[in-house]
Amino acid sequence: MVERREIPAGVWDSCDACGHMVYHKEVAENLHTCPECGHHQRVNARTRIDMLVDPGSFEEKDADLSPVDPLKFKDRIPYNERLKAAQDKTGERDAVVSGRAFIRGRKVALAVMNSDFIMASMGSVVGEKITRAIERATDEDLPLIVVTASGGARMQEGMVSLMQMAKTSAALAKMDDAGGLYIVVATDPTTAGVAASFASLGDFILAEPGAMIGFAGPRVIANTIKQELPEGFQTAEFMKEHGFVDRIVKRQDLRRELARLIDYCGK
Amino acid sequence: MVMQTVNSPDRGLTTAPIQYLEFEQPLSRIENDIALLKVEKEETGRDLTAEIAQQESRYQARLKRLYQHLTPWETVLVARHPQRPLITDHINHLVSDFCELSGDRTFGDDRAMVTGFGRIGGHKIMIVGHNKGKDTPGRVACNFGCAHPEGYRKALLKMKLAEKFKLPIVCMIDTQGAFPGVGSEERGISHAIAVNMMEMSRLRTPIVCVVIGEGGSGGALGIGVGDRVAVMEHGFYSVISAEGCAAILWKTHEQKSRAAEALKFTAKHLKKLDLIDDIIAEPVGGAHRDPVQASANLEKYLINTLRELKRPRIETVLRRRYERFRNIASFFDAPSDVAQKPKPRNPKRTPATTRIANGGGGRNVKDPATPSKDAAS
Repeated sequence: MVERREIPAGVWDSCDACGHMVYHKEVAENLHTCPECGHHQRVNARTRIDMLVDPGSFEEKDADLSPVDPLKFKDRIPYNERLKAAQDKTGERDAVVSGRAFIRGRKVALAVMNSDFIMASMGSVVGEKITRAIERATDEDLPLIVVTASGGARMQEGMVSLMQMAKTSAALAKMDDAGGLYIVVATDPTTAGVAASFASLGDFILAEPGAMIGFAGPRVIANTIKQELPEGFQTAEFMKEHGFVDRIVKRQDLRRELARLIDYCGK
Repeated sequence: MVMQTVNSPDRGLTTAPIQYLEFEQPLSRIENDIALLKVEKEETGRDLTAEIAQQESRYQARLKRLYQHLTPWETVLVARHPQRPLITDHINHLVSDFCELSGDRTFGDDRAMVTGFGRIGGHKIMIVGHNKGKDTPGRVACNFGCAHPEGYRKALLKMKLAEKFKLPIVCMIDTQGAFPGVGSEERGISHAIAVNMMEMSRLRTPIVCVVIGEGGSGGALGIGVGDRVAVMEHGFYSVISAEGCAAILWKTHEQKSRAAEALKFTAKHLKKLDLIDDIIAEPVGGAHRDPVQASANLEKYLINTLRELKRPRIETVLRRRYERFRNIASFFDAPSDVAQKPKPRNPKRTPATTRIANGGGGRNVKDPATPSKDAAS
């Protein structure tokens, strides 16, 4: 995955998509989308929550869940050090922020993934916080909204990470049995283990324009088929065309669209 | 009852010469020595019986020692051995009256996934599993065991039939992973795997999953949610291949054996982490040296486990299945849990020494009502 350059506050920068020089403050006011081409930048979980929920309505839950190192994993850098670096960089304990909030006056259970934290890869904390959010929504009969973004499983947690796919999917089956409403908002990038579990199991799947959504890495696929990948492969638009996304929703419209679906479902 | 052969005839592994893996070279040398002694005996008429017997017992001792201490990377090589028994071999050896069922009723029939009715012991079952294929044309037809979305949908369709007609399900997992390709993405491989996991968690019939060779990531888990999950002794079950992990974290394939160590994906490690229920023993020297015995061990495990799972009411089975996956792989610190939640009574079902500590208050609760059975091991 390409690391996006940090954009220092209050300066000009060029848009990743169209290359236009854009004023940072204007981009921020535009919900971190390019005023020229509409490109949706990645945003961290806190920024996302600020943009999405009614002001001051977010009540965080399970904030104290922190990762451990179940395998004592060490590659070039020990996993503990990677975690520490990600925690220092983001000020978060792991890659999901979750809780309750109101969206246009409708009470929801919310979980937002944070691609700034080891590309929001899914380890035990991510799986547990998502599962607890599902259980909260089920127990309190709240609509559940999960804003997904992830590079996939967190390799440093090995099979502990893979099993989070089964855990979250089983919890969603229970929620489904209870008649709960679950909406996925897929953002850039929603891939691999997260795409192949809770990000694909929404009653409704919304996606941000241009978001990368897919299972296998594009390089892996290119290696398999030994040819160029089709234009627009594994984008939100591609997934919609193939029947796996309900609606492409611009960030500016997201609050309204979510409220609309919640109302249709009578929740 | 007629034993029906699936897809391709049994290649008679028990008699075919064993292909040696790199780490088995010492064995190959002893075998050569034995062959030379036999030739010498034949040509000179000298009585070399004692020498030959000595070399043969040396061979057996060496084989046993090698396989008792396989490194994780060597385990990968054994699990991928070209002569390792596949789902089709196990079906031929242990299932009678196999009735193959095809197609996902939507797109096609994925040969990388075998599904069908069969009988094992006194049980009528639905069998679902990856097929890597035997010879080159077979392997190509099966995409080397890498299933497309239609394979996972075919599996789910047949598993729902099993639920409808109250037959337990046996899943045999043996794949590098789901097929990475354009068609696979276009037809929603993520969706297919996710839906399978969700539905398997609530299918109202017992499910036993066994990794018979390779358990490759989401492609394995797509038929891997059940009441019992077992791994054959020299199989493995991993979030990513050792090669893939090395390429990403070490930036080179060369470090695959280090990656294999780090990922802790062997049956023994997974059992210690309580991520699987059981390990099924293999014959000395691996399943490929005695496929019939390997199938017999698997058969014994399946018959015992199915009997166990058929005893309780299905509601109980489902509750335990849910609790198993709800509480699996919970390794984190959660200070507030300790303050709020009373400690569950008797949550441990494996000795504390085999558990990895999960910090202060992380949940690692297992259903005390589902005792682990090392059947057949």
